[in-house]
Parts: sequence; structure tokens; C-alpha cells
Amino acid sequence: MKLLQQAYDWLDERLDFKDLIAPLVKKTVPMHGRSYWYFLGGITLFLFMLQVCTGILLLLYYRPSAGEAFESVQYIMTRVQFGWLIRSIHSWAANLMIFTAFAHMFSVLFLKAYRKPRELTWVTGMLLLFLAMGFGFSGYLLPWNTLAFFATKVGTDIAGQVPVVGKWIMIFLRGGEEVTGATLTRFFGFHVAVLPGITTVLIGAHIFLVQRFGMSVPPEVEERWKAAPAEASEMKFFPSFFLREMMAWYFALAVLGVLAALLPWELGTKADPFAAAPLGIKPEWYFLFMFQTLKLIPAKVWFVDGELLGILTFGAAGGLWVLLPFFDGAARGRGRRMILGVGIFALAFILAMTVYGYVAK
Amino acid sequence: MPTNDSSSVKPERRRLVEILLGGGLVASVISFIYPVLRYLVPPPVADLGGDEVVACKKGDLKPNSSKIFRFGNRPALLLLTAEGEYRSLSATCTHLSCTVQYRNDLHQIWCACHNGMYDLNGKNVSGPPPRPLEVFTVNLRGDDVVVRRKQGA
Repeated sequence: MKLLQQAYDWLDERLDFKDLIAPLVKKTVPMHGRSYWYFLGGITLFLFMLQVCTGILLLLYYRPSAGEAFESVQYIMTRVQFGWLIRSIHSWAANLMIFTAFAHMFSVLFLKAYRKPRELTWVTGMLLLFLAMGFGFSGYLLPWNTLAFFATKVGTDIAGQVPVVGKWIMIFLRGGEEVTGATLTRFFGFHVAVLPGITTVLIGAHIFLVQRFGMSVPPEVEERWKAAPAEASEMKFFPSFFLREMMAWYFALAVLGVLAALLPWELGTKADPFAAAPLGIKPEWYFLFMFQTLKLIPAKVWFVDGELLGILTFGAAGGLWVLLPFFDGAARGRGRRMILGVGIFALAFILAMTVYGYVAK
Repeated sequence: MPTNDSSSVKPERRRLVEILLGGGLVASVISFIYPVLRYLVPPPVADLGGDEVVACKKGDLKPNSSKIFRFGNRPALLLLTAEGEYRSLSATCTHLSCTVQYRNDLHQIWCACHNGMYDLNGKNVSGPPPRPLEVFTVNLRGDDVVVRRKQGA
């Protein structure tokens, strides 16, 4: 104990902990009826950290080659003790993370937390959402099973239809003209090195911006508080909000544990590049709304290729979505109402198309 | 003794709450760590080959030459001396587990990693190796040169 105290004092003398944690101690979180939405970002972060841990564990046994990938995942699932659990957690946490990231994005949209000065927080957050989807897309292929093989074929083919640069992007992603072992090696590299690196930097920026500006108070609440300052209430971040946040993480972990233990992720059958695509090839649920929309667009719209039209529309929508906060200031409240309307439409569209995608043959 | 002094009651109850909360937390952390620790232990590899293996065919080796073959999960050395006698030994150096080789110019077994030397009976004669190499028995069965682990070794 005395040694521990000495070590602490030694570090404290040099680092001055009190000054170091001063911003944390000072930090407060506004309390109002919608404060619980603040938890979603933290839960997403927690799930990402879990992904890093379980991902490192999977790397101990996984082999990224067309000849061995499927067998090594099979080995993890059947021979390695608790291997099934680690892989299940990795797969489930990935899906939950994308879900909470989407929920976080829409909560920020509807609580109008993107508005000045938080535009950059929104932009970094949107980039992180795209990265999460990239993680999902690249990780999906790694077990090298039939479903993943064809999903990757379709997904990279869609990228290939972008005008001018599409072909080049497709070859870059696939590591050649076709989806082969070379694609697997590439996706593995993206999944475990490129994406984590970029994501870590962006998460750092995102969290820094959140700390810099503090938590946003929804405009309705802000107005009420301005009218009656006595009503305004806030909570100390440390320890009060922090402990609540920990409870939320713990709850997320419980949900994850139950899902992973009771519904272990399936492996399917090994990919065979020279077999016909099986029935019911569908992408992961978070790509389903785009997949389903593309299926509905006719082959030719007027004189434009239907597929191309869909891809370009989604691309443009995604781009505009990133820039959404910059429309907020437009024409006295009209911009804000427009964003709200677009947000409701987008949410309804995504939900409807996802459900449709599941029901449709 | 004060009857309703809350300050004398509180710490004890607080302590109970702390033990319950802390205990629960520690127990759940252990339940997370345990599967991870078990996961880190690689599953045992099936022992291939057992105690006997056909190292080569009679006549494959010229006198004063050797070959390295797979014996179970490890490499082993089979050599035919200049006098025409088969010898077989473990090829794993007893120093730091490099794979040794037969030097037909020195008529000795040599480890390239740290210049360890063994004689043809596996005895460590110079350099860093601390122990002799394990020696196997060699039998001829028809055309097969059969290497076997010594009983009780």
C-alpha cells in the first residue's frame, strides 16, 4: 500500500493529476426529459472497444487466405475453448454497434444537436458511421462462406457501376477483376489495419469536439430554460453521469452476452467461386434498404440506367447528409424545419425498405 | 452509547453496500476474464505418427550422409555413417531448439545457430548444448528403415 502511494505521489508530482482531470471534474451534463439519448454515443464507443478486444482475440487463430479462412473460423468455433463465444460477441457487437450508431445519428438529428457550433462533430460522426459500415462490409467476407462471397460480389459490383472511377474502385477493392483470395487478403487488411487506424483518429476528434462544446441542449428546452432559469438543471459528469454511463454500458454488455450465448452466429458453408448463387442472397440488414431500393428501380429510367441512377442518388444523399448541419441556418427556421422533415422521411424510408427487404422474396 | 446518532450507523451499512456492489462487480469481471484466458490456451495438437515411423527406404541414403524426417510433430535426423551404420536422433538442439544437421566433413552433428556440436551418439561435445540429443532405435524391416522411440525414454 505504501509503495502504491509512493508511486502515485511520484507520478502526481510530475503530471499534476488534479490539473489533468480538472476539465472532467468541471464538466456537467444538462438534465432534461431527453437526457437519456446522450447515452447512445457512449454505448457505440463501448461496443467499438469491445470489437477491438474480441477482434484481437480472433486474430490469434484466424488465417486470412481463401484456402484456410473458413477452416480457421470453423476451428475457432469448434476446437478453441470459448471460441464460439468470442466470435459470436464480435458478430453481434458489430451489428449492435451499427444499430446504436444509426440511433445516435437520428437522435442527434431530431434533438437538433448538430447545430452551430457542432457542425464538425456531426461531420466526423457521419464519417464514423460510414467507416462502421465499411467495417461491416469488409468483416462480413472474412469467414469466406457462400453468403459473404456473393454479398461481396454484389457489393463490389455496385461500386463498379459508378461512372468514370467505378471500374478502378472495383478492381482496387477486389484486388483483381473477380472476387478471389486476393479480395479476402485485401479486405482483411482493410478490416484489421486501415479502418481501425482511421477510426481511432476520427473517434479521438469526435470525442474531443464533444468535450470542447459540451452536451447540446435541445432548442425547445433551451428556450424554456431561458424563460425560467430556475428550471435549468444539470448533473456533474463525474461521478454522477459517469456512473450512469457505466450502468448503460453494463446493460449493453448484458444484452450482448444474452444474444451471443443464446443465438451464436452461424458460419454457413464454405464459399465456392464456381457454384451458382444460392437462393435468398441478402446483404447485412444495414445495407438492406439500399439493396431493396436498387431492386425496385426499373432497368431504364427514361434514358438513364436504373442501377446507376439509384447508386448516384444514394451517393448524393449520403453526401448531402454529411453536410446537413450547414443547411440549418438557412432562412430563419425554414432550414431547420426542412432538416426535420428530411430526417423523418429518411427514417421512415429506411425502416420501410428494410422491412420490405426482409419480407420480399 | 448514542441511540440515534446516524453517523455511527451509516459507515457500517455503507460498508455492506460496498461489499455487495464491489463483490458483484469483481465476480462479473472474473466471468468475463475466465473465457478469455481459456480462449488464449491453444487446443492441443493431435500427436501425429506416434512412436514409430518409416524414415526412408533402404538405399536412399549414401554412406556418410543424412536426412531430416518428420517424427511425430518434431524433426528427427537419420544418418548413415561412413561405416554403413544407421543412427537416428532427435534433430532438436537441446540448447535453444534449432534443428541440427550432420556435418559429413567433421563426422559430427552440428547446430548452425550457436555452433553446438554432438558426436554420433548424440553426446554434446562442444559449444553451448547442455544435454545430449535423444537417440532413437533404427531397425530394418524389409526395405523400410524404421525409426522407433526407445522404450521408457
